Amino acid sequence: MMELTLQQAGFAFLSAVILVFSVMTVTTRRIMRSATYLLFVLFATAGIYFQLDYSFLGAVQLLIYAGGIIVLFVFSILLTRSQREKDPVRRRKVVAGLLTAGVGAVLCGGLLCTHLFGPSQLSEGEIEMHRIGYAMMGTGKYQYLLPFEAISVLLLACIIGGVLIARKRK
Amino acid sequence: MFLNTYTDSIDFNAAREWIHTTLSGVMPAWGVTLTECVLVGLCLLLGYALIALALIYIERKVCAFFQCRLGPNRVGPYGTVQSVADMVKMLIKELIHINHVDQFLFNLAPFIVIISSVLAFGCLPFAKGLAVLDFNVGIFFLMAASSIGIVGILLAGWSSNNKYSMIGAMRSGAQMISYELSIGLSILTMVVLSGTMQLSEIVERQSEVWFLFSGHIPALIAFLIYLVAGTAETNRGPFDLPEADSELTAGYHTEYSGMHFGFFYLAEYLNLFIVAGIATTLFLGGWMPLHISGWEGFNAVMDFIPSIVWFLAKVGVVIFVIMWFKWTFPRLRIDQLLTLEWKYLLPLSLLNLLLMTLVVALGLYF
Repeated sequence: MMELTLQQAGFAFLSAVILVFSVMTVTTRRIMRSATYLLFVLFATAGIYFQLDYSFLGAVQLLIYAGGIIVLFVFSILLTRSQREKDPVRRRKVVAGLLTAGVGAVLCGGLLCTHLFGPSQLSEGEIEMHRIGYAMMGTGKYQYLLPFEAISVLLLACIIGGVLIARKRK
Repeated sequence: MFLNTYTDSIDFNAAREWIHTTLSGVMPAWGVTLTECVLVGLCLLLGYALIALALIYIERKVCAFFQCRLGPNRVGPYGTVQSVADMVKMLIKELIHINHVDQFLFNLAPFIVIISSVLAFGCLPFAKGLAVLDFNVGIFFLMAASSIGIVGILLAGWSSNNKYSMIGAMRSGAQMISYELSIGLSILTMVVLSGTMQLSEIVERQSEVWFLFSGHIPALIAFLIYLVAGTAETNRGPFDLPEADSELTAGYHTEYSGMHFGFFYLAEYLNLFIVAGIATTLFLGGWMPLHISGWEGFNAVMDFIPSIVWFLAKVGVVIFVIMWFKWTFPRLRIDQLLTLEWKYLLPLSLLNLLLMTLVVALGLYF
C-alpha cells in the first residue's frame, strides 16, 4: 500500500511540475525563460516515462528534447534575438488566442471523457532493448521500419532546406 | 570458466546487504528505502567532491611537471592540501550580485551543469556491485544526462549579458553538439560489439578479454575517436576555446563568482573523470582485472587487486593521457575544430561503425 502511495506522490509531483511550468512557458514575457520552463516540462515528462519503467523512452526524451531541441531553441534565440520582446499584445491576437485555447480545451476534454485510462504500470517490467530494436527496424506487423525511414527522409529535406536558407544570405 | 569466479577482495555487495539488513531491523520498509536513497546520494556527492579535489591537484602537478615547474608544494606535504584550501576559499567567497542580468537564469545555469554531471557520474560502474543507476539502457542514459549540461552552459553565457561569455557559450555549444556525434557513434560501435547497453553487462562481457583487444582494429579506431571527441566534449585543451583565457577572459563563466563558479569548475573536472570512466568501461574492461588466458598464476595475482583499484587505475591512465593532450598541443581555431569533427572524425566513425558491424556479423572478433 505504501509503495502505491509513493508512486502516486511521484506522479502528482511530476504532473504538478508539468502543469505549472507549461503555464509559465506561455505566460512569461522573456523568451529565454520560456525556453527554460519548457526544459523543466520536458524533464518532468521524462520523469513520468521513468516512473512507467520505460527507461528507453525516458532517455530518448532527455537526449532528444532536453539535450537537442532545447539547445536548438536556445541557439536560435541567441542568433535571432530582436528588440521586439516588449510589444503590447494586440486585441486580434487575444481573440485568436482565446479561440485556439477554446478549441484545445474542447478537444482535450473530449479525449479525456471518451478515453479509457489503462493501468499506469507496465505489467512485465522494463522492456528489453532488443525488443524495441526489432520493433523499430522490423518490416512486419506492428514494426516501424517504413515510418522510421520516411521520417529520416523528412529530416534530410529539412537539413537541405536549412542549408539553402543559410546560404542565400551571403 | 575460471574467470567468472573472480571474487573481489573488497565486497561491496556484502556491505550493501549488511546495511540493508541493519536498517530493516530498526525501521519500516519505506524508511529503509528513503534512508538508503539519502545514503547513496550522500556517498555519491562525497565521492564527486573528493574526486574533483584530487583531480584539481593532479592537474596542477601534471601541468607543472610538463612545464618543468614544481607545482603546488606549500600547503601540506607535496602541496596535497592545496586544493582543499582552495575549496574552503571558494566556499566562503561572496556571490557577487550582477545588475542587468536575468537573475533567475543566471543562478539556475550552474545548477543545470552540475546536475547533469552528477547524473552521469551516478551511472558509472565503479566496482563489482558498486553502481548506483544501472538501467538496461545505461550507456544511452549516460549520454542523455551529460547532454543536458550544454543547456546550462548556453544559459550561463546568455544570461551573463556579456559579449565574452556569449561568444564562449556559442563556441561551447557548437563544439559540444558537434563532438557529441562522434562520441555517440564510437559508443554505438562498442555497443554493437558488446550487444548490450547496460553498463554492468558491458563490464561483465569483458571478463575474459577487454573490448579494446577483442574488437581489435575497429575498437582501436573507436577508442582513438572517443579520446579526441571526449577531450573536446569536456572543453579541455587543445579544444578549450570556449574559455580560451587569452581571448575571452574565461568564456561562459566570466561573470560567475564564489561557489557558482565553483560548480562550473567542479563539473569540468568531473566531466573529465566521467569521460575517462566511460572510456574505461567501454574499452578497457571497467573494473575487470587484466587476464591473459593460459597464464593461471598471473591471473590469480591480478584477481587479488580489488576491483575499485582497477577501475580508478584505468581511469587515472586515461585522465593522464587527456591531460597530456592539454599541456602538449596548442589551442585550435574554431574553424579547424569544426573541420576536424565534420570532415574527418564523423565520416571516419561512420565507416568504423560499418566495419565493426561487419566484424561482428562475420564473427571476426576474439
